[in-house]
Amino acid sequence: MEKLLNMIKSEQNQNGYVSEDAMNHIAQDLELPLGHVYGVTTFYSFLSTEPLGRHVIRICKSVPCFLQNGETVAASLQKNLGIAPGETTADGRFTFLLTNCIGACDKAPAMLVDDVVYGNLTPERIKTILQSHD
Amino acid sequence: MPEKKILIKEEIREIQGFKGLEKALSMSPDDVISEIKASGLRGRGGAGFPCGMKWELAQKAPEEEKYLICNADEGEVGTFKDRYLLQKNPFLLLEGMIIAAYAIGASIAYIYLRDEYHYLVQDLKKAIEQCRIKGYLKNLEIEIQEGAGAYICGEESALMNSIEGKRGESRFKPPFPPQKGLFQKPTIINNVETLSNVPLIIEKGAKWYSAMGTSESKGTKLFCVTGDVKNPGVYEMEMGSKLQELLDLAGAGNVKWVQVGGSTGAVIPFGMLQKPLCYETVLGSGAVMVFDATRDVVDFVYRTLEFLNEESCGKCTPCREGTEVMVEILGRMVNGEGVQEDIDNLQDLSDTMIRAALCGLGQAAPTPVLDTLAYFRKDYEDRISQSVFLRSLKTING
Repeated sequence: MEKLLNMIKSEQNQNGYVSEDAMNHIAQDLELPLGHVYGVTTFYSFLSTEPLGRHVIRICKSVPCFLQNGETVAASLQKNLGIAPGETTADGRFTFLLTNCIGACDKAPAMLVDDVVYGNLTPERIKTILQSHD
Repeated sequence: MPEKKILIKEEIREIQGFKGLEKALSMSPDDVISEIKASGLRGRGGAGFPCGMKWELAQKAPEEEKYLICNADEGEVGTFKDRYLLQKNPFLLLEGMIIAAYAIGASIAYIYLRDEYHYLVQDLKKAIEQCRIKGYLKNLEIEIQEGAGAYICGEESALMNSIEGKRGESRFKPPFPPQKGLFQKPTIINNVETLSNVPLIIEKGAKWYSAMGTSESKGTKLFCVTGDVKNPGVYEMEMGSKLQELLDLAGAGNVKWVQVGGSTGAVIPFGMLQKPLCYETVLGSGAVMVFDATRDVVDFVYRTLEFLNEESCGKCTPCREGTEVMVEILGRMVNGEGVQEDIDNLQDLSDTMIRAALCGLGQAAPTPVLDTLAYFRKDYEDRISQSVFLRSLKTING
């Protein structure tokens, strides 16, 4: 069973989400109930049972980022992407999520695009950062 | 960048060529544990359990197989000191881990690294590889287990469940990890910062280390200063340093309150900034969030409880439902819809959660609520009278 989390994670990394098929395969491989695999998959915020965009933006909404105008930056992100938090752009390029503290508070407000941290964000910088991801 | 902000006792963080480890290996495991006990080192993750005592419990456990876990699931709001240590000097941590494993008799060690820090993995793996090449890992295997996004996995029993391939839910205690931990075997879980203190304690001796700090809090502590300050970043201070001293270093002005220790940490109002930072008073994870006079207390508490509610693992009712109802009440106040009973209800709920929640998250979640009710009660009362006023306007305008 201790292989489970890594198997789900590698599915997430390879396919961008963990499908019902994938969960079934993992459950059979490890001889675990499907419910257990589903339970673990849905417990963690970095695992998704729905397809995500090519790039996943997680902007921090915790207190230290909020104190540095995190909300303004999140609003500008929303405006630039044209989608609400939790949604994926129609072209499948970005998924936009609000997240809890990512431990980059010394560079607040901050966000993760995939696994890269962008700190000291301003509405102006958002555009450039988005443009650098296709 | 914060890299230059280690302000005092900088020599502590320099790479020392594994002198601590070499010395530890010339001592018996019992002597290593005695030295750590004598140093007074306590857990730096927030709980502050005496480190040597923990090691001794695991070492004396009869089972042959034992585990060591380094908790690098630094999810506490406003905390990034472990990231800083991992980035700046992973060897210090690895040296500390090898010493700890030798002392307790573990041959497998895990580093549980939060997924938000995935960008640190490659360098950490390289550092482990270098230790292997240099022959420091003959008797120890160090594996990195990455998390998948869950604050609660920083709680030790939830962390172990996560490594075991389960949902990261807290376990009932006892048994405690040194008796029955990972895979039901004796396990030691130490924070990155705790383990990074070990090599120098062994190299320079418990006496050298315990000369710093207060009677119950020895050595130095890393603080992460954020919020309304000119220079946010990591600061190392001797235990027992005054909060005001740290705020001055970071350039804080017009302070209304400070939250020390992260989302469940104590709230210190502006009149009490002379408080020393140590286990006897306030410490927690070392997060120091500064709020100036333009900030709103109820808004802050609402955001904090929203965080805790989202991150509650949901296993026990007092935490799952308690944080939910607190968010509902505080949300009402923030939106100008508060009612008279709200303050009493917050207090009642807090009382239940402190007594009945399963783990530290639920037990400590009421701290910011109760502290702000004690020091800033008027802010809550104002919110309610504003709500009453807004309702009366609606009635008049019909």
